[in-house]
Order: sequence, then C-alpha cells, then structure tokens
Amino acid sequence: MATVTYDHASRLYPGTERPAVDQLNLHIEDGEFLVLVGPSGCGKSTSLRMLAGLEDVNGGSIYIGDRDVTDVQPKDRDIAMVFQNYALYPHMSVADNMGFALKIAGKPKAEIRQRVEEAAKILDLTEYLDRKPKALSGGQRQRVAMGRAIVRQPQVFLMDEPLSNLDAKLRVQTRTQIASLQRRLGVTTVYVTHDQTEALTMGDRIAVLKDGLLQQVGTPRDMYDTPANVFVAGFIGSPAMNLGTFTVTGGVAEIGPARLPLERDVASRITEADNGRVTVGFRPESLDIVTQADESAFPVEVNLVEELGSDAFVYGTLKGDLAAQAEVHSGAGDDQVIVRVDPRSVPAKGERIYVTIRPGHSHVFSSASGERIS
Amino acid sequence: MTVHNLQITASAPDPALLDLPWDIPLVDWPEETLAALPRGISRHIVRFVRLSGRVIAIKEIGESVAYREYELLRQLRRLEVPSVVPVGVITGRKAPDGEPLEAVLVTEHLQFSLPYRALYSQALRPDTAARLIDALAVLLVRLHLVGFYWGDVSLSNTLFRRDAETFAAYLVDAETGDLHRQLSPGQRAYDVDLARTNIIGELMDLAAGELLDEDVDEVSIGDALVARYEELWETLTESESFESNERWRVAARIERLNELGFDVGELAITTDIDGTSVQIQPKVVDAGHHSRRLLRLTGLDVQENQARRLLNDLDSFRAATDRQNDDEEFVAHDWLRGVFEATIRAVPRDLRRKLEPAQLFHEILDHRWFVSERAGRDVPMAEATRSYVDDVLRHRPDEKSVLGLAPGEKDPELDA
Repeated sequence: MATVTYDHASRLYPGTERPAVDQLNLHIEDGEFLVLVGPSGCGKSTSLRMLAGLEDVNGGSIYIGDRDVTDVQPKDRDIAMVFQNYALYPHMSVADNMGFALKIAGKPKAEIRQRVEEAAKILDLTEYLDRKPKALSGGQRQRVAMGRAIVRQPQVFLMDEPLSNLDAKLRVQTRTQIASLQRRLGVTTVYVTHDQTEALTMGDRIAVLKDGLLQQVGTPRDMYDTPANVFVAGFIGSPAMNLGTFTVTGGVAEIGPARLPLERDVASRITEADNGRVTVGFRPESLDIVTQADESAFPVEVNLVEELGSDAFVYGTLKGDLAAQAEVHSGAGDDQVIVRVDPRSVPAKGERIYVTIRPGHSHVFSSASGERIS
Repeated sequence: MTVHNLQITASAPDPALLDLPWDIPLVDWPEETLAALPRGISRHIVRFVRLSGRVIAIKEIGESVAYREYELLRQLRRLEVPSVVPVGVITGRKAPDGEPLEAVLVTEHLQFSLPYRALYSQALRPDTAARLIDALAVLLVRLHLVGFYWGDVSLSNTLFRRDAETFAAYLVDAETGDLHRQLSPGQRAYDVDLARTNIIGELMDLAAGELLDEDVDEVSIGDALVARYEELWETLTESESFESNERWRVAARIERLNELGFDVGELAITTDIDGTSVQIQPKVVDAGHHSRRLLRLTGLDVQENQARRLLNDLDSFRAATDRQNDDEEFVAHDWLRGVFEATIRAVPRDLRRKLEPAQLFHEILDHRWFVSERAGRDVPMAEATRSYVDDVLRHRPDEKSVLGLAPGEKDPELDA
C-alpha cells in the first residue's frame, strides 16, 4: 500500500493549446479513497490514466509511495484497474475466475488458493468458490470482478466510472459495496466519476476538476459546507445550490426586497473588479419559509412542487423590485430558485412564498473571480 | 411530468425497428421474435433478431454508454477499421406500467462471421487457435494505428471471418474503447498486456470445459499474440537508416509492407547534413493493399487474403492466356466473367450461400490443387467445382448466420 502524489503533473495533447490536465498537485494518503469528479472534459479520466501509465506526462511527475513512476510501464506500476474486465468464464470455478491472472503470472498453487480464499472471505463469496459463475447473481458477479483485482494485491486500485454500464439498481448496490470493501481492505483507491452523488457518498476526499484545473480538494463535508468557488458550489449538492449575483450597497447585498448584511471582513474583500456586486449562494435546504414582514424575506413565486416523500422542493422564480436585476440560477436553470419545504405543508403552484436564508448558511463569492470571500 | 417517448437515433433507421416489442425487457422477449440467444455469460443482455431480411444484435446497456459506443463504432467505420456496423440507439423505453427500461444499442450482425466458440466442433485445435491469434494481432495493430485504445481486447469481443486459409478479425464490442489522436506507448503496451491476459483466460476456460485440444498451451498462445503484435508494429512503424547509395531500400521497404497487406500513405525520408545517410519511417500505412487492388481491377470487395488468392489466380490466368502485354484491367474483366463468376455460378444456388463467394472460390482452388495431385493431371476448373460441391460443400454447415443458440435451446456450456 502506498501514497499517490501528483507533482505539477500536466498532460498536453498534441495539437491542442490548453493542457487536458494542468499542473495537477494532489497528494493521496495511504489507504485513502479519493474521488476525482467533474463534468465531461474536465481532465478527471486523463488524470487517472496518467497514474495508470496510459497517458504520457508532459510536465511534472507522479509518485506511487516514494517511487517516481512517471516513465514506468503500466504493468510495472503495481496498480490494478478494477472492473476493466468483468466477463466471467463459464467453465471455470469462481475461485479460478478470481485467480487466473496469478496462475498466468506463475504463482504457486497454494499461494493462489490462499489469496483467493482471503479475497472471497472479504467479498462474501466463500461458499461459491468451487461453483460455476452461472450460480451467481448479478451483484455476486460484480464481486468476482472485484476479486480479480484484490488477489493481485496491488498498491493502488484505479476505477474509471466503474458503475456507468450497470443498471440503476445494481449501480446503487455496487456503489455501497465498493465503498465498504475499500474501507475493509484499506488499499489506496483513486475513483473517477462525473456523478457528484457518487463522489459524496463514496470518497474520503473529493477532488473537483474543471477544464484541466483542480478546483478544490477536501472531504465531502468541506465541499458541501465551504465550496472554494462558484463552480464547486454549483457542482456539489443535489439539488444544486442557488446562486445569484446581487448589488451591494453599504455592506448589504440586496436580494429582491431583502437585505442580506455581509460580514465586515467579507465586505472588505470586495474589489473594484466586482463592480459593487457579489455572488451569493444558498442551498435549497438553507432556506426557511417566513412571513412577508420579515426584513430578510424575499418572495418566490411557485412554479412547480416536487414531492419526494421525505422531502419536497419548490421550483420558483425570484420576485420583487430588484429581482429583475439579479442574475439567479440553480440546478433547475436560469432565473429559477429551488427551496426545500416541509413535505407536510407544501405551497400551491402560483402561490407566492417568502423565504429567508438561515443565518450563517449563505456563501459569498466574488462576482468577478468566482472565488469564495466569505 | 414530461411524457417520455421512444427515441431512435440511427443514421438510416429501418421502420421495421418500430415493430419490435420495446416495452418488454430484452430478457423476456418472446421466442418468435428471436433469431437466437447468445452463448455463454455476457455482461449485458444480448439478443439476435431477424429484421427486414437481415439479423441484428440488440444489447441492453446504460443510455450514455450506448450513445458513446454507437458514436465510436461509427468513427471506426469511417476509419475503415473492421468492426460491426452500428444501426442505432433506442432510448425512452417504458414498460406498460410506466417502469423505465434500459436503453439498447443495435448493431448489424456481421454476415459469415464466426464467434471463436463456434470455430471448433469438439475442441479448438492448435493451428486454428494460432490463426485466430494472428488475425487478432492484425486487428489490434490496425486499431492502434488509427489511435483506438480498446481496453478489453479478447476473443469474445471479436468476430472472425474466413479469409482464404486465414481469418480476418472484426471488433464487436467498443464499450471500453477510446479514440485518441495517437496512442502512447503505455496505452499500446497496456492493451496488448490485457489482450494476453484475456486470451489466456479464455483458453483456460475452454480447457476447463474440455473444449481445448490437449496440445494447446494457453500461455504460449497468449505470448504469441504479443510477439505477433510487436513484430507487425515494428515492421509498420520502425525507422530504418542506410547509406545514401542504397536508395533501393526505400522501394524494398514499401514492397515489404505491401507483402504484409499494407499500403504506405506517407513515408518520411530524412538525410543527414552531408547527405551520406538516409532515414526512412512510414508515417501513414493503410491495411488492404491487395483488397484495394482487386477492387480497382474487378469491383470485387473481399478480404485481404482472399484478394491475394484471387489476384494470384488472375496472374496465372494472364500467364496461361499469354496476355502479359494486355492492359491489366481488360484481362481482369475477362477473368472475372470467364473464371470467377463462371465458377461461382456453377455452384448450385442453394449451396452457394453457405460461404462468401470469394471464400468459395478460394476453397475450390484449394480443392482443385488437391484433386489434381491425386489424379496426377491438371483437373479443369469446372470439374474441380463439381467435385468440390459434391464431396465438400454439401457436407458443410451454412456459415451465413452463425449465431448463438436457437430459442429454447439450452446453452450446453452452461449446463456442462
């Protein structure tokens, strides 16, 4: 087992001007489950493939433990791509399906059996070891595929969107299995996904990338509570955070008729480039329904209510005098605000509700740079 | 809520697609709809269906993966890499109770193709295994030349077509693949290493099912793939240096590549400052040297080694009819009408469809050699054809649509 370090690692594809991965600096602890997440084209898969040795590194270095692997052949890096191959062989026993790569590598039979048995125990497959794969359920077959990687006892597991070709039910099931298995094995794991829910539920830490640049790395809690910039704020969380750009007058952001006082040190970080405006973010779950009389209340006209049983979400439009000047967007699109409401008392479509941001739950970003200033 | 409709994305949609029971999960499709079930365990549900006189393969798979694979297969077609033809992606499927169903990718079944598991009746023989590996090595080199990283090279992700005495390999499953501008040495090495592991695994599986000839050594066959791949890659791409008075070596290199079935699209030639030494390196090579030549001469579109065989026969026709000074196109035209087509027409129609015409012709040529040797005289083509039809072709299985299992039939490999 080992740490993984990207040291100013860059990948520039021939014929392109902008690096696909630009000076990535990332240190992954021994035994950590790190998720690389971001929209398509952000460089997450390229970063993983650089670690796997499948992409050239044009600048900087990559280390596994203390070993510089930048120019090492993929098969000599002591890593395993999990789920690269989950076709099971019908005539072979489950044990042989898990251990055949060790057999090819010429490992002694007794050692293979021992490693396979250890892996099977962790994977709850012990009683199936001597049976054929046709006796297994879909989920168990997935576990055999994981077993293939485990028996090789690599330093690092790599997984590139491993759930993307599973159906929805198996995806959730396998997600939980991978996460708990990784914790039991304690093998350093780098996992790539475009799905922020997957990232939040699985990773010890998450690294968000966009346009080849690392935006932020931290625990799921860090990413949710203190997103470093507008991009991370809008990307992490479901439904996504509401983000609006508002005018600041005398240290107060004006959200419709509502006045949101900014803390003194926040206000002091507003620069000339911001042109007297800030971007304020507030999560759907950070809003409370209040009365019009509340000084910090702003009106939202209900367009649609989504009821999910345990939760209900209002999709609405910001109303009021200054609403037209504000640029608001959310997970539901431009000019839309999402509000989580009590599922036992949902407003009707067309109704106007008054909401306020729970104190301490707003996120303030520079309107010019998008960086967090609160 | 929005209403979801069935969405078909296809370049040339066949309206008959609409008649298939998309509101039923593939696994429950009625037997009368199916042409066959796939063999063995695959990671997705796949079904073969007859549609407007052809066979299509339908695979249930996640929507984004389906679109991705569809697009990749289209790009591979454009790059003229042997691969299955994508028909389309169908999304927005719903069961009658409103439950959403998985998207499907539809591909055309490759006529006359043979899955590797169909290439042995009792057991896979060492020479057949070696020929499959050769074909796979050529395919992998061709894919790597165009910048395609496969990510899951295996015998089961490949279909084979007879190509004279060899096989030609076609890519079937591009799910794990990626198209790059150019592959790095790391990507190629990884793909080849994975191919080796998968092939040995597949052969070990056949051995476990007692479907592999005892003389076959699984690991050495896997190693042979790596060796074949590296040898071919070197020949096609390595740079070579020589003295400037050895310029004939440029032509020799091109001839060597032609011999391997490749055309040189671009060759970089550099000389050192004083001009005493020359370095050449092929930059663009295209497979299909012989098949392109045959296509140009006769309009016949066949595989590389079949083309080689046909061109050889055309050459002997030219020599035998003493027409070396005639225009090659005219001779080719006469050969096509008088020899090739006449031979194929002499095969009864109902038997003709068992093999591709070029393969049929190749086998008749082989048979003629065999009966001539036995008879101690030059057996004419018409007589050889009659003998081939009666003694060989009649007893051969129809290979036009070798699919998996008939509906209702149990997979013998799974019940073993």
